[in-house]
Amino acid sequence: MTGAWVALALAVLEVVGLWLSWTANRLDRMHHRIDVARGTLDAELLRRSGAALEIASSEALDPPSRLLLLDAAHEARSAEGGGLELAESQLSQALRAVFERPEDVAELRRDPAVVPLVGELAEHCVKVELARRFHNDVVVSARALRSRRRVRWFRLAGHAPPLRTVDLDDVPPPGLG
Amino acid sequence: MRVGIVCPYSLDTPGGVQNHVRDLAEALIGLGHDVSVLAPSESDDLPAYVVPAGRTVAVPYNGAVARMSFGPVASARARRWLNEGGFDVLHLHEPATPSLSLLALWAAEGPVVATYHSAHPRSRALSATAAVLRPSLEKISARIAVSEDARDTQVSHVGGEPVVIPNGLYVDRFADAAPRPEWRGEQGTLAFVGRLGEPRKGFALLAEAFGRLAVDRPGLRLLVVGGGDVRQAAALVPGPVRDQVGFLGPVDDADKAAVLRTADVYVAPNTGGESFGIVLVEAMAAGATVLASDLPAFRRVLEDGRCGLLFRSEDADDLAGRLADLLDDPDRRAALDEQARTVVRRYDWSSVAERVVHVYETVVRA
Repeated sequence: MTGAWVALALAVLEVVGLWLSWTANRLDRMHHRIDVARGTLDAELLRRSGAALEIASSEALDPPSRLLLLDAAHEARSAEGGGLELAESQLSQALRAVFERPEDVAELRRDPAVVPLVGELAEHCVKVELARRFHNDVVVSARALRSRRRVRWFRLAGHAPPLRTVDLDDVPPPGLG
Repeated sequence: MRVGIVCPYSLDTPGGVQNHVRDLAEALIGLGHDVSVLAPSESDDLPAYVVPAGRTVAVPYNGAVARMSFGPVASARARRWLNEGGFDVLHLHEPATPSLSLLALWAAEGPVVATYHSAHPRSRALSATAAVLRPSLEKISARIAVSEDARDTQVSHVGGEPVVIPNGLYVDRFADAAPRPEWRGEQGTLAFVGRLGEPRKGFALLAEAFGRLAVDRPGLRLLVVGGGDVRQAAALVPGPVRDQVGFLGPVDDADKAAVLRTADVYVAPNTGGESFGIVLVEAMAAGATVLASDLPAFRRVLEDGRCGLLFRSEDADDLAGRLADLLDDPDRRAALDEQARTVVRRYDWSSVAERVVHVYETVVRA
């Protein structure tokens, strides 16, 4: 009789163990996805500021607009840590100020040399927004999982740092839509 | 001469550059020149010589959010103003910012004069922005700085030799201000202008010297103009004579002129940090005798004591002694005031505008 009970207890323990390790795996995969998403976002931000620098360095725009974009893009590219979100949001603001009106952008596009620059900038403005949303989505689901009792009790997240969403004003310029 | 002036900042808000542009334009018109000012503004109530260039947009730039003019609309307006103006010379203020001045410079073809007002540290992105600015800035034939500091900023950013032409003032606005009998002291009236609680303005030194003089002169009054913590400043004045000091706070230009006009002696006890001392000239214009610390800038303005008295900087004894001498010697004051009256004419907008016209003539002829 005792042998059966022991066998049953062992079986339950094994099921619980499997379940916990499956949860830990899920969490691990999420952490990995967050790293990948963050990498994508950083790359998109770099591409966007790069495209802004490129159009500002061309002679397509008036000098004050070029100054604004150069300044904001440089700030964004050299920002670190906590300053990054502010600097990138300010770049978004500067981009919206310069590319506010669709008719001005249409005028810019009349120069064939400028068309690819505008196209690239428009594309990366949109992609930054997408990358930020996808990143934050994973962060939110991983946070939900990490707040579960089993994860906290068994310390399944190990020493992973707390998860932070990226808060960024990344509304693309209306004129580039 | 037909002169086109561009002001980068909105005339709808107060500011040093805006005042400068307005005063200069009026002085040039007074000298018989034909002046048009292009400036951001959405107001309907503008002087006849102003052409409004519309709105500005708030954008982050160089670490702050500033109101700027840029883009095709502002650009087209600047171009149209230039085409219709047919100016002999274009005079831009602060052209190295994302402003109307830079837009006008971009479109300019004739002789260009630029005036730099601010003394600012290098922009972090300057190395990159310099490349954008260079082709436009190369069109500038003459550079003016309004102060030594602004000049040094220019020299360190782009080199070269800008000339310094300081801000002018309208001498008559001070000379013709009405004195206020209710502010006057029977045994003399002193005036001080400067932000309270800023040690380099030297109010503490004046409070100490005044305390020594005023105990024996119950009819002596001190008028203090300037923002800051009045209670803290009043505590610096010895108790028995505290009610002989009138703290007027930050007053407008008309009241400042009235204070200086009411005062017998204007005291400038500054201990440093002054590059020019326009308020000394204002005091002289209003007919107050100036007693100032012997800082190099003040020494220059007062011509080594010819048109105002100097005391040893940071020496309250010397200040009190000289102050007593001046108060007791009306003839001495009259002689200094006589000198001062002729000297201040040099700082009047009419003379300053003439110096600016000399700059115009040099570049137009070239």
